[in-house]
Amino acid sequence: MVDAGVPVTPARDLQPLPAPLPDAGPLLRLENVVKHFPIKRGIFFKRQVGRVQAVEGVSLEVRRGETVGLVGETGCGKSTLARCITRLHPLTAGRVVFDGVDITQLSASQLRPYRRRMQMIFQDPFGSLNPRRRVGSIIGDPLAIHGIADGPERKRQVQELMEVVGLNPEHYNRFPSEFSGGQRQRIGVARALALRPSLIVCDEPVSALDVSVQAQIINLLEDLQGEFGLTYVFIAHDLAVVEHVSDRVAVMYLGKIVEMAETAELFGSPRHPYTAALLSASMVADPEKARSSHRVVLYGDVPSPINPPSGCRFHTRCPKAQPLCSVEEPPLRVQPGDPGGHLTACHFPVAPGERLVGAEPAISAAVTEYVASSPGAEEGTP
Amino acid sequence: MSLSPFEVGSAGLVADEEQSLDALDAGRTIEGRSPLRLALARLRSDRIAWLAAGMIILMVLLALCAPLISAVTGHSPYNPDLVNGTNSFGQPYGPGQAGFVLGTDNVGRDILVRVAYGARISLLVGILATLLATVGGTILGLVSGYYGGWIDAVLARMMDAVLSFPYVLAAIVLAAVFGGSLPLTIGVIAFFSWAAIGRIVRGQTLSQKEKEYVEAARSIGAGSFRIMFVDILPNLIAPVIVLGTLLVPVAIVFEATLDYLGVGVGPPTPTWGNMLADDQGSAGFGAWWFWVFPSVALLITTLGFNLLGDSVRDALDPRTERLFANRRKKVVVGAEPNPLSRADSKRLGGGTEAP
Repeated sequence: MVDAGVPVTPARDLQPLPAPLPDAGPLLRLENVVKHFPIKRGIFFKRQVGRVQAVEGVSLEVRRGETVGLVGETGCGKSTLARCITRLHPLTAGRVVFDGVDITQLSASQLRPYRRRMQMIFQDPFGSLNPRRRVGSIIGDPLAIHGIADGPERKRQVQELMEVVGLNPEHYNRFPSEFSGGQRQRIGVARALALRPSLIVCDEPVSALDVSVQAQIINLLEDLQGEFGLTYVFIAHDLAVVEHVSDRVAVMYLGKIVEMAETAELFGSPRHPYTAALLSASMVADPEKARSSHRVVLYGDVPSPINPPSGCRFHTRCPKAQPLCSVEEPPLRVQPGDPGGHLTACHFPVAPGERLVGAEPAISAAVTEYVASSPGAEEGTP
Repeated sequence: MSLSPFEVGSAGLVADEEQSLDALDAGRTIEGRSPLRLALARLRSDRIAWLAAGMIILMVLLALCAPLISAVTGHSPYNPDLVNGTNSFGQPYGPGQAGFVLGTDNVGRDILVRVAYGARISLLVGILATLLATVGGTILGLVSGYYGGWIDAVLARMMDAVLSFPYVLAAIVLAAVFGGSLPLTIGVIAFFSWAAIGRIVRGQTLSQKEKEYVEAARSIGAGSFRIMFVDILPNLIAPVIVLGTLLVPVAIVFEATLDYLGVGVGPPTPTWGNMLADDQGSAGFGAWWFWVFPSVALLITTLGFNLLGDSVRDALDPRTERLFANRRKKVVVGAEPNPLSRADSKRLGGGTEAP
């Protein structure tokens, strides 16, 4: 499973952080997180002509030691949400509560101690490593910034980290360009691990890798979770990967969470039509099953987040949509007959065993026109 | 934390497994060849770079040996010597006459000695002004590009203003107010040169700061200062080095221009610009050595730095191609000739012959 030829060995010196108190509440809580990006025009006096509603009121709890998967199409706000969690983006509204502390309004210097406990693994193993710096100094950066280790001690710790993630410690002085994609992602993992964080936000950590290498990285992340008691927020658009790693899964569509449940529950009986369509679109590595299952093909594209549809954001493409859907936004709640942890934001959830036939948008042109003419939506609803 | 590595392309960066196994056997850490070292290796194999370096070393030696030349010949660079420096008709000696290798000027001063002393001023001004301009331009460009917003608006407009300023007029006014001097000359040149570098650095910073590695640095808690100078700057070193090298000859010509106009370093000091200005009235009666030797010195210096700058750019960025580059032949030897390029060259070559 290791592409550098060095087995992953549990390093004795890397002591996991003391186990968190079991009753200390969730590690991370998002309360109605909103992130808009302004669109500005003008040369001298920039005026705001619109805003991209990338994340629109996401609430989520992440318990200690669990892995929460976050899935959705490209552009649904997954990565923006990840950057809101790690405060790489300032929030437009809402709160991020990390280990009981609201970190939403903290300044850069106040945030630094929390950065130690909250790390990120990036999608692009090429872009996320500085091409002009040696691997040793890249992995050693967190140690240097937080004043944890210096000189030979830092080098020792970095080489230890490299061993933990399955890199050859002899490669300390190499440049990122001398590594393969999988090895580079290991470098990213080692850098995230350097500060012994409690939470690691993985922003599509394997989507840029070969399938065989994906498995290696995922196994590595799982091993490390057991060893260091890590909590993951795992973002991906590959449903198989998410199903494999996650304890719970949240499905996002156009900046909102539309459904959230335990992994087996969500994959077994999806309630939101979008989830059902998403699941039906994923490849099944079993020809028998693949032939018997039917695909729900959605029509049209994801609407623009600059001007999202009114009511339920999915109504323009939903095979089950009714006029109510374009008017009233469904809250994220437990649907009748579902277990407590299964939340769905839908007025007309898919019944267990129901087949979504006639995947054409159910809402007629008349409704769309009605929506387009209603105040607050001057243009653009397709 | 090393600032040195800057990677340029992938040529030669091969993480080959055999090499690493050998190194493992030897029991030492494996060191990636830094892009700087690769660039240096490329530079070493560039004959034009050696030629340029030879020109520059020649002028540096001339500058360093100026007091020695003065002592050996016994000729002062400053004092007029109408007794020994001119012939019995009061006319200056030509090159090779009366022990003056390059002849004398109107007032009997040894032109060789003055050219040698002029080299000191030219190199000092060229290198100091370039250093000041490069450091200042890089810092301001980084700050402007990284912070954006009103800081960027102010700095970027400042760069535009400096670049569009009639710098010769400004230099004349400054010299008239403060009196020409060496520090003022260096200051004026640096002030009118930083914006060119600042603008490039700003543009590069704008593109670099969107890279994911900057986000990664922020996520581990790096401050703005660290991100600018530890993370982004090494990625800008290549263009800065190239621009810096190419700025030296510009600064030297700038200095000569100011001297020629009489607003640079004052007249008693031997500079090439002063020599050209002093002697232009006399050049008419056939004393060509008055202006030829300072001009040749100026030419060799600026040509040397320009050629070196080109070579440095080629070494840092192997993708750029230069006409008559010797090392490209080496690459082609032994390799399968590219049929496409041959056909192209035939077509191009044949085009001139065909009616």
